Amino acid sequence: MEFFSLETNLENDLNNMRKYYESGKTKEASWRESQLKGLRNFVIENEENILKSLKKDLGKHHVEAFRDEVGILKRSIDLAIKSFRKWMSGKEAKLPQIALLSSAEIVAEPLGLVLIISSWNFPFGVSLEPLIGAVAAGNIVVLKPSEMAPFSSSLLGTVLPNYLDINGIKVIEGGPEVGEQLLHKKWDKIFFTGSARVGRIVMSAAVEHLTPVTLELGGKCPALLDSLSTSWDREMAVKRILLAKYGSCAGQACIAIDYVLVEKSFSSTLVELLKENIQKMFGDNPKASNTIGRIVNRKHCNRIKSLLNEPKVKESVVFGGSMDEDDLFMEPTILLDPPLESAIMTEEIFGPLLPIITLEKIEDGIQFINSKGKPLAIYAFTKNQTLQRRMLSETSSGSIVFNDAILQYVADTLPFGGIGDSGFGKYHGKFSFDTFSHHKAVARRSYYTDFWFRFPPWNLNKFQLLEEAYNLNYIGMLLVLLGLKRSKRSLYMACN
Amino acid sequence: MVFDGEAAASLVKELRLSFNSGKTRSYEWRISQLKAFLKMVVEQEDQIVEALRSDLAKPPLETVVYEIGMFKNSCEVTLKELKQWMTPEKAKTSITTFPSSAEIVPEPLGVVLVISAWNYPFLLSLDPVVGAIAAGNAVVLKPSEIAPASSTLLLKLLGEYVDNSCVRVVEGAVDETTALLQQKWDKILYTGNGKVGRIVMAAAAKHLTPVILELGGKSPTVVDSNVNLEVTARRIISGKWGCNNGQACISPDYIITTKDFAPKLVDALKIELENCFGKNPLESVDLSRIVSSNHFARLTKFLDDDKVSGKIVFGGEKDESKLRIAPTLLLDVPRDSLIMSEEIFGPLLPIITVNKLEESFDFINEGTKPLAAYLFTNDNKFKEEFVKNVSAGGLLINDTVLHVVVHTLPFGGVGESGMGAYHGKFSFDAFTHRKAVLYRGFTGDGSIRYPPYTDTKQKTMKALVAGDVTGVVRALFGWS
Repeated sequence: MEFFSLETNLENDLNNMRKYYESGKTKEASWRESQLKGLRNFVIENEENILKSLKKDLGKHHVEAFRDEVGILKRSIDLAIKSFRKWMSGKEAKLPQIALLSSAEIVAEPLGLVLIISSWNFPFGVSLEPLIGAVAAGNIVVLKPSEMAPFSSSLLGTVLPNYLDINGIKVIEGGPEVGEQLLHKKWDKIFFTGSARVGRIVMSAAVEHLTPVTLELGGKCPALLDSLSTSWDREMAVKRILLAKYGSCAGQACIAIDYVLVEKSFSSTLVELLKENIQKMFGDNPKASNTIGRIVNRKHCNRIKSLLNEPKVKESVVFGGSMDEDDLFMEPTILLDPPLESAIMTEEIFGPLLPIITLEKIEDGIQFINSKGKPLAIYAFTKNQTLQRRMLSETSSGSIVFNDAILQYVADTLPFGGIGDSGFGKYHGKFSFDTFSHHKAVARRSYYTDFWFRFPPWNLNKFQLLEEAYNLNYIGMLLVLLGLKRSKRSLYMACN
Repeated sequence: MVFDGEAAASLVKELRLSFNSGKTRSYEWRISQLKAFLKMVVEQEDQIVEALRSDLAKPPLETVVYEIGMFKNSCEVTLKELKQWMTPEKAKTSITTFPSSAEIVPEPLGVVLVISAWNYPFLLSLDPVVGAIAAGNAVVLKPSEIAPASSTLLLKLLGEYVDNSCVRVVEGAVDETTALLQQKWDKILYTGNGKVGRIVMAAAAKHLTPVILELGGKSPTVVDSNVNLEVTARRIISGKWGCNNGQACISPDYIITTKDFAPKLVDALKIELENCFGKNPLESVDLSRIVSSNHFARLTKFLDDDKVSGKIVFGGEKDESKLRIAPTLLLDVPRDSLIMSEEIFGPLLPIITVNKLEESFDFINEGTKPLAAYLFTNDNKFKEEFVKNVSAGGLLINDTVLHVVVHTLPFGGVGESGMGAYHGKFSFDAFTHRKAVLYRGFTGDGSIRYPPYTDTKQKTMKALVAGDVTGVVRALFGWS
């Protein structure tokens, strides 16, 4: 669409949306419920199309797609439908004993017009999960899905609107130019999922209108693998690590395991276990088994290739390493101790390459992890409670999971979000509702119980009383009133 | 010695080392600092009152009650409840992650920056600083140079009373603030105006630093005709001129009332103003002065605006040599006058009149969202309409300003009036990262999660994800 006409249309559309919002319609519980139900119907009736789009965009196996996107969305929508009324209701705030106010509460209200920019790797999950929170909170929304997942974007752009109130919710498809145009408009909130580089651009654009933002970014999510005593435990850990790498959009996930830390003495066993289980899970020919997703596009294929082509990195490959560019397929690859200054160890990998870094002692992993930016998640496979406690208190990350990976995403009672370079803000479950709400303080006073000493002209007596009142000290006030409490203040007299 | 980028970088580096040593994380350290702050404001009360007198001619009572009293209250609440705030909260887990246990663990963000304002230089500096410390962070405080006596006193006192390896004060103006803003902080809390708020956020964006911006706006006060006039007038006066002579972000900025009622309200205000400040309010010691000649000029411009000539119905006296402006009422100012186009932040109170009071909602909503909005009425239905339709940081019905004294209410703005909130536990939360923690064991999920993906696995997984226990059982036994 021609830039200028898009611009005028966009401006008109947004103005109309704001007028609709001002009518108060979207604040009503009935509207919110209808939109949530519309979302649910979209997901249920289009399940097959969603799975097909994910297959076309990312080569995702339909079970993976269901597990990671459709299934979770259904649950989130159901939770929101069940709970949004409760979330909407005001929360009473406890009042201090002194009856300055007669009531106080915190009322959740929508922010207004919000923008959701989503990423390409979980195009449905990362678009609709925030959308659930935004409409449950009564906002009007513009959703901009990623153009890098074109089939998914198209499904969202052309089919989803049929299930929703298009006066209040719009899907705008397009690439970076459309994104930039959108960023220059006035929003009451921007929710962004993507890279730190673009996150900075989004936050900088938000400055103009003082728009609050939530940035869901990424980072190098490490997995620390301690020695585990039983072979069952070791096998379980390895399978979970593999799933969290190759089984999650081929490693192109913000919470995928980026690299593994292990003690030197265990590394060769680990490599063997990994190879064995890769074969069990993905077969002899992973490309043909279609259980591993594809790399999203040529550009990322080249990026991944260049990660491997650095000197000394290629030599550290102990399994896999080859790419079929035409098919956008990168086979599961394991590296043992690539150089720490190489790009594969300084940038987020976002692909099916798994570096194993060996340590003298597993505890050294803590320092290693802390030498890098705070990641979205840290995974620690250990039964050693001391190590668990140390990991918990000595490292910092959006979340930390013990003995598993990725699973924290489905726990909707846990906030999902980053810290430091991995972002700020959180969502999932009620946290989604809160992230798109303004928590307004509301207090009420009656006309009785006024304090005559609240008002000038000031004298020593009023001074004392007011001080006692603000210190919530009834007894003190009484004593002053009875003339039984003398002030230590001479200052006041002196300066008057 | 100039505080430049290099000095700022080295300061942050030093504080990071202190933070990384783990010192600020212990409950004992945090409590010791809170107690030190309390001791400081109690022992140094006279000096603080003197500094505020120098900076703003602030009446000692205002300093003691608002700046010191509210801060003491804040410390005491924190001391009492900190242990509870620091305790991880358990999170319920469902069958989808069974077996598992989960909790949310509060952890400090790291090294944070607090930039405060000139109107309540002690309260707005120390309250956020104490919140940051309670949450276990290391803090740098940059007080406002527009209140120089307070700024210098803060530097001196914090240097004497609290742990300097983790808590520091940097004095200065634009250059020093710029140097500080270039550094990477784990959070920035800024109190001030929207223009500088944008500069702060832009600087923060480069480092992906989350910010809390406590800004301002035009806090409207809607007055109905069914109210107790005397009490209403006094409460408006208390929140306006009784708060730093109107130089407070939550002071009633302007009034909206009906054309019929306005004259009565004006009369009541005149009477009560005289009761509070005497016949010569320009000389009253119970009123703060205007902070600087810049602000004096800014306020004078509002009064000199052609559009409001003839609208002054009370006051209007000024004394430039003493930087004093008397409480001033303006009636029926045009909506496009200068005084209605920006936050007043001074002792001028315009009254906008409407035919029906319901029109006030549209009027308020046409402007940007303010930090506070007030309504005086006895009509319960109108109260609820107000709460429902007016968006602001906080609302208070039948009084002004007092809602910020309640520590169980979040204090912060929305839209142009800011983002984020603090006070009470909200201060602790403002400087805390709530880390999600999930514990799993190695039993429990067998092979269904993993490829190769078979039909049974798929069915079981579908049921698990949906939280459907029966479905899971059926799938496992091959019954569906």
